[in-house]
Amino acid sequence: MTHLSPGFADPVLDAQASFRAILEAMSRPGRIQRIEARITPPAPLCTAAAAALLSLADADTPLWLDAGDTVAEWLRFHCGTPITPEIGAARFALACGTAPSLEVLDVGTDEDPQLGATLILQVAGLVAGDGWRLTGPGIQHEHRLRVLGAPADFTAAWARNHTLFPRGIDVLLCAGDSIAALPRSVTIAEG
Amino acid sequence: MYVAVKGGEKAISAAHAWLDETRRGDTGLPELSVAQIEQQMALAVDRVMAEGSCHDRFLAALAIKQAKGDLIEAAFLLRAYRTTLPRFGASAPLETSRMRLRRRISATYKDLPGGQVLGPTFDYTHRLLDFALAAEGRDAPATPEAPTDMTDVPRVTEILAREGLMQREALSESEPGDLTREPLSFPASRAVRLQNLARGDEGFLLALGYSTQRGYGNAHPFVGEIRVGHIGVEITPPELGFAIDIGDIGITECQMVNQFKGSRTEPAQFTRGYGLVFGHGERRAMSMALVDRGLRARELGEEADAPAQQEEFVLYHSDNIEATGFVEHLKLPHYVDFQSELENLRTIRRAAEAELREAAE
Amino acid sequence: MTEAGYNFAYLDEATKRMIRRAILKAVAIPGHQIPFGAREMPLPYGWGTGGIQVTASILGPNDVLKVIDQGADDTTNAVSIRRFFTRVAGIATTEVTGEASIIQTRHRIPEKPLTENQILVYQVPQPEPLFRLEPHRAETRRLHALADYGLMHVRLYEDIARLGHIAKAYDYPVMVNERYLMSPSPIPAFDNPKMHQMAALQLFGAGREKRIYAVPPYTPVRSLDFEDHPFRPIRAPHACAICGSTTSYLDELVTDDAGGRAFICSDTDYCQERQQAPKAAAE
Repeated sequence: MTHLSPGFADPVLDAQASFRAILEAMSRPGRIQRIEARITPPAPLCTAAAAALLSLADADTPLWLDAGDTVAEWLRFHCGTPITPEIGAARFALACGTAPSLEVLDVGTDEDPQLGATLILQVAGLVAGDGWRLTGPGIQHEHRLRVLGAPADFTAAWARNHTLFPRGIDVLLCAGDSIAALPRSVTIAEG
Repeated sequence: MYVAVKGGEKAISAAHAWLDETRRGDTGLPELSVAQIEQQMALAVDRVMAEGSCHDRFLAALAIKQAKGDLIEAAFLLRAYRTTLPRFGASAPLETSRMRLRRRISATYKDLPGGQVLGPTFDYTHRLLDFALAAEGRDAPATPEAPTDMTDVPRVTEILAREGLMQREALSESEPGDLTREPLSFPASRAVRLQNLARGDEGFLLALGYSTQRGYGNAHPFVGEIRVGHIGVEITPPELGFAIDIGDIGITECQMVNQFKGSRTEPAQFTRGYGLVFGHGERRAMSMALVDRGLRARELGEEADAPAQQEEFVLYHSDNIEATGFVEHLKLPHYVDFQSELENLRTIRRAAEAELREAAE
Repeated sequence: MTEAGYNFAYLDEATKRMIRRAILKAVAIPGHQIPFGAREMPLPYGWGTGGIQVTASILGPNDVLKVIDQGADDTTNAVSIRRFFTRVAGIATTEVTGEASIIQTRHRIPEKPLTENQILVYQVPQPEPLFRLEPHRAETRRLHALADYGLMHVRLYEDIARLGHIAKAYDYPVMVNERYLMSPSPIPAFDNPKMHQMAALQLFGAGREKRIYAVPPYTPVRSLDFEDHPFRPIRAPHACAICGSTTSYLDELVTDDAGGRAFICSDTDYCQERQQAPKAAAE
């Protein structure tokens, strides 16, 4: 058996602090938040993505991932989350490599749009102040966000996702200990 | 200057202290012990376990003591405690044909394997106040149990099913829904409906069940069987891989036999209404069985316009913890809303009066 | 120190996770009611259990909590809920609106504009805005899915035809982000405009009805109305007898048995601040 690094040092308060950062990110799309919990997840999982899953995923949320067996084992151990090979059945999808197409994820139904999945997308970096122009709920005028290493054609795929509203998927962008969110309600224009 | 009186921390503390005092009552009398409640108010304990959705006689008795005998308040105390408990596993289904019976009656057959066993029942008592009970120190006579063979007492509905006259329930190995973890959604599965009824308010179930007998739902029920007794609960911990007995619980089961006309695809046969509750609770189990059958109207292709047949209506209003909270919340201050209604009404009245004046001029 | 034998903020971690997931989806779909597995709380259903579960799921040790009922910090149920959180989470509490990071409320929005650093948690008795018009939740879910709100427009129009006015004075329905019809909870219609483009996140918890919903910051919230009958927030046409405010929402007090009335601010902190302000200016 391989040695697993620990999860949250304080499972209660680290989960709470991480959740509040995610809630803030989701409430103000494109604003970058920092995860303060000190964790050393197995590569290639970054701190922000690990914290998101440790604080939100559990036995009730099937997870799809492309991060390899060590990460899968780590998440299974710390979250008790079932790993599914079927991306359409996942409540959370973790993409560390080539991002899956948004269309293959569960977008929920008109009566239960909340069943739309959450995609945790690891990217190379997040920079505030330029790049994409975000508008929508949570944004007073406009938020700017540059996503380093964003998937090609992401904004076009996002536009299609946005037209499904209220169905759709929500995205957490993670880089290092930084996190920003794209709820399905947000509109992205190229900068 | 008139200053609005508003409640504060001190008022709440004083009210709670007074509550404690009234709970104790006259200190010249001995205090009730939880054990006394558990033993001598056994049916109250059973009801609180059922509506509190937690099988623990000691905790239920404690809740009754704390609630000054208010059984809905006691059930609420037990529920609020229950939700904080960790889940260790799910039990295997109970095989009630193997329960240790104290009472077993059937209204459909005069005699049957296992026989009719009256057990400790109010049935056939004359409801005359027993003033001898008021005098202290009267011991109940010992009632030695007659030797009976209770090891194999087949269920009446099974006897009918073997003959093809009782509709069998669909077997399923899938995980049933869990009312305590997921909100109701409709149409609800029968498993979820039964969970809801099993902990529903006894008065509500009784009234609804009664209504089905009076033509609101067209029921033709027979008590196939009522059985009261104890049964072992087993769980299979995944790390062990085999079942272990974790203790006994007291239960009451009622199976009602109901008519069903049959259809082109199915021969005519009886259908079942099912009730299973914690403790000794015949009224509750019977009412539950009547309402269960009522809620099956749609799946059995019957009209479903009576109250007991309307799933949303029944399941959303059966829970007395929810109901009492919402009814009683009306005593909380509502003066902000009331003020807005007052001003709105005054505005409407002023406008109407102005119109009348204009019309008169 | 928090209550022995219970987790921080009372709820177990699995329940908090379930509620946190519901809150995030609620924020992503403004105004849509998310079903959640509400738990029994040690306070009765209808007395703020939804708001309490939401607050318990977001609350951390650095938060400063304010609890109001009818706008006031010292109403009995507000005292009771504040005491509950002090007991189970050991957090700091305040009565000053500006000092709070989380404000749990029943029936009011504070008069002082909230900031980006605050979260407003509403206690909701009935999350379904259509419930008086269509009691079946299976049907109202369908209507929300179709964004079919004709029933509500007809109801409001009938008021105008009959009374010359829309007769709803509280729990006045709003459209969130021009998609979902939402109950603002039974706040007076006077408070509705405060929800529009509010800088703070607004979370709504209905415990008994097992629903959570949200309005993100800076989100359009429109009170339903008609072109010829625009929405008008109503307040008693008086000044506060204590601070003199002519713009705050007022409670009406019966002062004697001869028709005597007095009006005072419902928001006790706002009133307090106004009473102190002239003194501070004078010093």
